[in-house]
Amino acid sequence: MMLNEAEAKGISMVPPAVLSSGLIGEQAAGGDPSHEASEPSAIRLFLNSRGSGAWADRGFAGVMLVCALSIFVIVGFIAVILVLRSKMSLAQFGFGFFTGMTWDPNGGSFGALPFIFGTLATSLLALLMAVPLALGVAIFLTELSPKFLRAPISFLTELLAAIPSVVYGLWAVFVLVPLMRDKIGPLLFQWFGWTHLFDGSNFGVGLLTASIILAIMILPIISSITRDIMLAVPNAQREAVLALGATRWEMIRTGVLRNARIGIVGAVILGLGRALGETMAVTMVIGNSTEIPKSLFAPSYTLASVIANEFAEASGDLYLSSLIEIGLALFLVTIVVNAVARLLVWAVTRGAPGRVA
Amino acid sequence: MAAAVNLPSQPEAPEPGQRPPMDFNTRGMRINTAWRNVVNGIVSGASILATVLVIAPLIAILIYLLYKGASSLNLDFFTKIPAPVGETGGGMANSIVGSGIILAICSLMGIPVGIAAGVYLAEFGRGSFLANAIRFTADVLNGVPSIVMGIAVYALIVVEQKHFSAFSGGVALAIMMIPTITRTTEEMLATVPHSIREAALGLGVPRWRTTVSVALRTASPGIITGCMLAFARVAGETAPLIFTAFGNQFWSLNLNDAMAALPLQIYVYAISPYDEWHRLAWAGALVLIVMIMVAVTLVRLFANRGAIRGGN
Repeated sequence: MMLNEAEAKGISMVPPAVLSSGLIGEQAAGGDPSHEASEPSAIRLFLNSRGSGAWADRGFAGVMLVCALSIFVIVGFIAVILVLRSKMSLAQFGFGFFTGMTWDPNGGSFGALPFIFGTLATSLLALLMAVPLALGVAIFLTELSPKFLRAPISFLTELLAAIPSVVYGLWAVFVLVPLMRDKIGPLLFQWFGWTHLFDGSNFGVGLLTASIILAIMILPIISSITRDIMLAVPNAQREAVLALGATRWEMIRTGVLRNARIGIVGAVILGLGRALGETMAVTMVIGNSTEIPKSLFAPSYTLASVIANEFAEASGDLYLSSLIEIGLALFLVTIVVNAVARLLVWAVTRGAPGRVA
Repeated sequence: MAAAVNLPSQPEAPEPGQRPPMDFNTRGMRINTAWRNVVNGIVSGASILATVLVIAPLIAILIYLLYKGASSLNLDFFTKIPAPVGETGGGMANSIVGSGIILAICSLMGIPVGIAAGVYLAEFGRGSFLANAIRFTADVLNGVPSIVMGIAVYALIVVEQKHFSAFSGGVALAIMMIPTITRTTEEMLATVPHSIREAALGLGVPRWRTTVSVALRTASPGIITGCMLAFARVAGETAPLIFTAFGNQFWSLNLNDAMAALPLQIYVYAISPYDEWHRLAWAGALVLIVMIMVAVTLVRLFANRGAIRGGN
């Protein structure tokens, strides 16, 4: 209210618009003491009655700031609560938690290595399948596609991102798993059996099936970000390379991909972040085994899926706190992965027009 | 050819082992050009093939879902609660209502906070270190797996209350919504031309009013679309609800009690060993997707009404 009165005094010198913008209000009021108090003008009274003083602006900005700061609060709160609740297992196992091979809730020994292995294996396999495909789609969409196909294909790939994880899981359980068990699995064994990657019995569920469904799920995010990054490469680059007599592929390779490579790496890492934390679809097809898998057909477990499967029925404080520690590990890893990816993507697309969702 | 003719007249004739300059028509060059064209063709073909390979599973999933879901849908699905194991029939009425309630809770919390944070980033903090830090944190939070939100909210609310609740599910989903909405709001506000804001300020409109009635309103179609996309994303989330809303086989409208949700019910039914439940899971998946798509399309259709056009 103090501010409001000061403003009212300065009213006859400074137009209300300038005052209310908060730019010079205080200065004018404070810097001119010879000024006599006068009746506020009708406009000022009207604006005051509508809540237009500097305090309204300050208040509004303050509320916005508090909401923005809530994002910090959320991240901080997640970190703190996860550390607090996993204190017991942190104290008991220390760093050995992440190198322990056995996960035996009944015997009270908890080691997360099999899950870390499962998470890394499924995510990397998924990337191996998804990245070339996503690059192909992005190249097609930005460089090759006729104009009329561009919008529908972009829309379709983004539709892929809108399908809920649990629906992918449902489809995987009833379509992909039988397909893997009866058709693709035996073929893979026949062709690549000599690598011993496909040993053991094939139940349809397991590492490879989970990787395939993961690949399908992270494809849209990688391809749409890669496309945006390739679109951010200036056309002059393409024209310059073409003018030197390059074929289209040489133009794409030297003019576009080479310029966009940092951003593409960023997009791939973003996809990795998504794959590491993907829960439902993987949980439904991974097969749930706490052993380190010896073949691509073997059932396994990921960090996220062990939480999803065992959290609700975890009995005993140590069991629960171990599961929360797994969550903490997942949280920290995805934060680091995402931070790196964002920095890379920003480094490339900075200055490019904002992406319209 | 020209180079070959000129060669003898040049004082410094190239050594026998050296390549003659600028002769494009040698055998090697022809092979090279042909090879480059072949590589070009191969890569173009591969990229088309990749696109087809990506579109194929999508079409397969959608068609299979339509086929399985539509053949299992009936009126009971929308009016009955789940039947006990072994009995046929039953539906997911409680899950549909439960999903609606949980999504309403999360939208009430997530959308205002998300938009406000976006307004701060775009209108008040632009360029400042704090705003950049918040933007970066929002991006990072966006990538945190949903199951982590689930256990965090479990540890905060469910453990304290000692029972599952629809409210805690809403909180978990709201946390997922906020960073997405913040970033879209900010990006959309950044596209509003400054001249519009200056015009409003010049007329004596206070800054907060300029932000609400001019900047936000001009950007509203984009912001609404962003909110809808965030909504669609959390509507299908299962992982954060497993330990918060938990699911319920019976009618429950109590926010302080375990509540059924469509994605949760689909998950439970999909991993069950009963054919009847599998059928219901497919029907549920179809209903979930149709609801998400209809919501998004409707809002997109109506989002443009009432917006001020921002000229350049």
